[in-house]
Amino acid sequence: MKQIPASLLTLVIGVVVTLISLWVGQNHGWLPEQASEQAVLVDDFFNVMVVIATALFLVVQGAILFALFQFRQRQGDTTDGEPIEGNLPLEAFWTAIPAVIVIGLGTYSVYVFQEMGGFNPGLQEANSQGTMVAQVMDEQVSDVGAPLVDHGAADKQVAGNYGFGASPMKEGNTPDLTVEVKGLQYAWIFTYPDSGIVDGELHVPANQDVLLNISSQDVIHSFWVPQFRLKQDAIPGEETELRFVATKPGTYSVVCAELCGAYHGGMRTQVIVHTPEDFEQWRESRVAQAPHQDETVAANPAEMTATDYLAPVSQALNIHTHSLAHLTSEQ
Amino acid sequence: MAQANLSPEATKTPPIEGHPHLPDWKWYDYFTFNIDHKVIGIQYLVLAFIFYLIAGLMAVAMRTELATPDSDFMDPSLYNALLTNHGTIMIFLWIVPAAIGGFGNYLVPLMIGARDMAFPKLNALAFWLNPPAGALLLGSFLFGGAQAGWTSYPPLSVITANTAQSMWILAVVLVGTSSIMGSVNFLVTIWKMRVPSMKWDQLPLFCWAMVATSFLALFSTPVLAAGLILLLFDINFGTGFFQPDAGGNVVVYQHLFWFYSHPAVYLMILPIFGIMSEVIPVHARKPIFGYKAIAYSSLTISIVGLFVWVHHMFTSGTPPWMRIFFTISTLIVAVPTGIKIFSWVATLWGGKIRFTSAMLFAVGLLSMFVFGGLSGVTLGTAPFDIHVHDTYYVVGHFHYVLFGGSVFGIYAGIYHWFPKMTGRMLNETLGRLHFVLTFIGTNLTFAPMHELGMQGMPRRVAMYDPQFVGLNQLATIGAFTLGISVLPMLINVIWSWSRGPKAGGNPWNALTLEWTTPSPPPVENWTILPAVTHGPYEYGVGIQPPQPDQPALDEA
Repeated sequence: MKQIPASLLTLVIGVVVTLISLWVGQNHGWLPEQASEQAVLVDDFFNVMVVIATALFLVVQGAILFALFQFRQRQGDTTDGEPIEGNLPLEAFWTAIPAVIVIGLGTYSVYVFQEMGGFNPGLQEANSQGTMVAQVMDEQVSDVGAPLVDHGAADKQVAGNYGFGASPMKEGNTPDLTVEVKGLQYAWIFTYPDSGIVDGELHVPANQDVLLNISSQDVIHSFWVPQFRLKQDAIPGEETELRFVATKPGTYSVVCAELCGAYHGGMRTQVIVHTPEDFEQWRESRVAQAPHQDETVAANPAEMTATDYLAPVSQALNIHTHSLAHLTSEQ
Repeated sequence: MAQANLSPEATKTPPIEGHPHLPDWKWYDYFTFNIDHKVIGIQYLVLAFIFYLIAGLMAVAMRTELATPDSDFMDPSLYNALLTNHGTIMIFLWIVPAAIGGFGNYLVPLMIGARDMAFPKLNALAFWLNPPAGALLLGSFLFGGAQAGWTSYPPLSVITANTAQSMWILAVVLVGTSSIMGSVNFLVTIWKMRVPSMKWDQLPLFCWAMVATSFLALFSTPVLAAGLILLLFDINFGTGFFQPDAGGNVVVYQHLFWFYSHPAVYLMILPIFGIMSEVIPVHARKPIFGYKAIAYSSLTISIVGLFVWVHHMFTSGTPPWMRIFFTISTLIVAVPTGIKIFSWVATLWGGKIRFTSAMLFAVGLLSMFVFGGLSGVTLGTAPFDIHVHDTYYVVGHFHYVLFGGSVFGIYAGIYHWFPKMTGRMLNETLGRLHFVLTFIGTNLTFAPMHELGMQGMPRRVAMYDPQFVGLNQLATIGAFTLGISVLPMLINVIWSWSRGPKAGGNPWNALTLEWTTPSPPPVENWTILPAVTHGPYEYGVGIQPPQPDQPALDEA
């Protein structure tokens, strides 16, 4: 050991740690599959953090373990260690390194956040269609039979200002598909304003720009699709939005992430990402079979109990049996 | 640097009026409105430990439920009541009172050469607010138990279990009041009651940590109290502060809540950082590395810590600029925290490390905290936090910080100062067994949670998708290990307190002032107050550690 200069040893350790960290950053496999454009951005960012964290972890834990072994009290030695109290260059060094790292990560995270559309929620207000679609939210879901898009009222600027809007690439564009999402104990209801479909599962076409306008009927819920890496709270009295492009056809879980009551864990449904052709087929079949729509248009939802109100769509909703019982018992 | 002995010199101060001059405390003195800071410190520690065991049993019950994906062991609303009270009790009745109330009250006057805290009766009053708070929380189970989580977000907290939720609010307001009283007391005590010979740069780092902690508590606690009282009005008196139907805003509550509750994380860890800075130099036989850096970094954490709360709300209704501002401020906290960790590692470097139980827990903390800190950085960044917010990743992270950090630190403190508090040594073999079980149990319980969260398991659920069953069972086994790990410690403390070998005044050959009195210290701590002639950590320069004379211990 004595013959090897310390600087060489440090260099070798540095190279080894760097190689291990880089490998871990690329091969950890901790995240679920990527199914949206945002997921790629988030994962790349996370991988960079994993590389840095692995390196720091190895260096610090290595130093601790080495010190514990090398500087343990030997048998019969009751003396004290070297009275080293400080070392200004060293302290400046380990203050500067984390500072540089966090500033770098901070900058990178702002960039990722912008690419994900985090800076642009509500910007589709400028687009008349988006605005109109969004503001229908507060009216009842059972209005669905009406041609909402023609309602006009572009002067009302009530679209969500919170959440995720368009990515810079799509800024200013009208979303290809808008879906109203309502959370209630313990289910999600998805309404398609342009076709009047109401469903308990979210169906979206792949590779198209989808906007969800999210609201809540009772308590705070949180809409999360792990494979999309996107989450947004559904807040009573406030509207939020989530805009994304799903990239991979398949079926993924929609999870409620915010504690919303006893059966919070059972508040699950699915998002089904179709190919655009499949999506059209699904939509046509749903519009064709929607037998209850005329009735619901005529009904005044304000006079209905939640159970009656949900009855026409209960089969499609996939609500947990516990939840339905719970809902009914609350009336 | 002065190298004279730390010998008691004539700094006579008159005894404090109202203190009884008993030779020794009797057992029943610990159940009275006693105003001695040492009695109050031990009262805090013992009561907090009892609550730790209760809330620990709640955790074991929850992990038993989570051994299977279905909700089959208990009713989901009971599960929610358990998770709410587990979190509340662990934070407000275990870590905060043990670390701040227990060690703070016991050690601060002893470390600065004072006979008691500045306001002894206020101090006792602050302690006695805790038992009724605990009774309210446990009693709330008779009314269904508060079920909205320890965050108690409205509207859920307004519509479920109203009586229980009101009891929960009153309990938290009581401990908050206690915390404010304690903070005033610590600040005044450290400011005004140091022995005249002690300069600020000779103040032990635990006291620096208490200064930072107290500032933070004074700034943030009233905001929580305000938020909770408004919530109480919403629940009971029909106001609409947080109810959108009545013109309220549910997100405002979250701002008020997190303005306190993120700093609460630092309230739980800053005193522990102080304990680390006391334990490591003594058992590594080296001066603490970077005294000033550690002292100032505590203050920096307490200031920056006030500006990070929105990182809990990245998915709530928060404007984009807030997400960015709070991403940056959260990341900045990593810098002073990193300074401390590096300083402790540098203190180990070149020392003569004694592997006592106290040191094992301190080094264990260091190791766990590095992991918890790194996952904390990932959570501070808005883009990644949005994916894992409200998932088991967060649960894993904060248990690494609060169990692997705070609880390990409290254990290290107990093993280090038990001889001072009781005059008896703890059994080292049982201590090592305790450490090994705790270390394995902690990693087994909380490491798998990170992966669960990233893969898609939300937190606070009694039922989950079958794909997560393997990792959950691992965590459940870990939780049982943690449950069992307390036993050697419990046996050790109870047995050693009455039958352990006598400790002597200074069994670790430490240099801070608390070791210049006999163990346990008499009422008013010193006959003649000590004079400070050197810094608290000057190991390796030939200073003879004080060896105070021991009064005869009552064997009965």
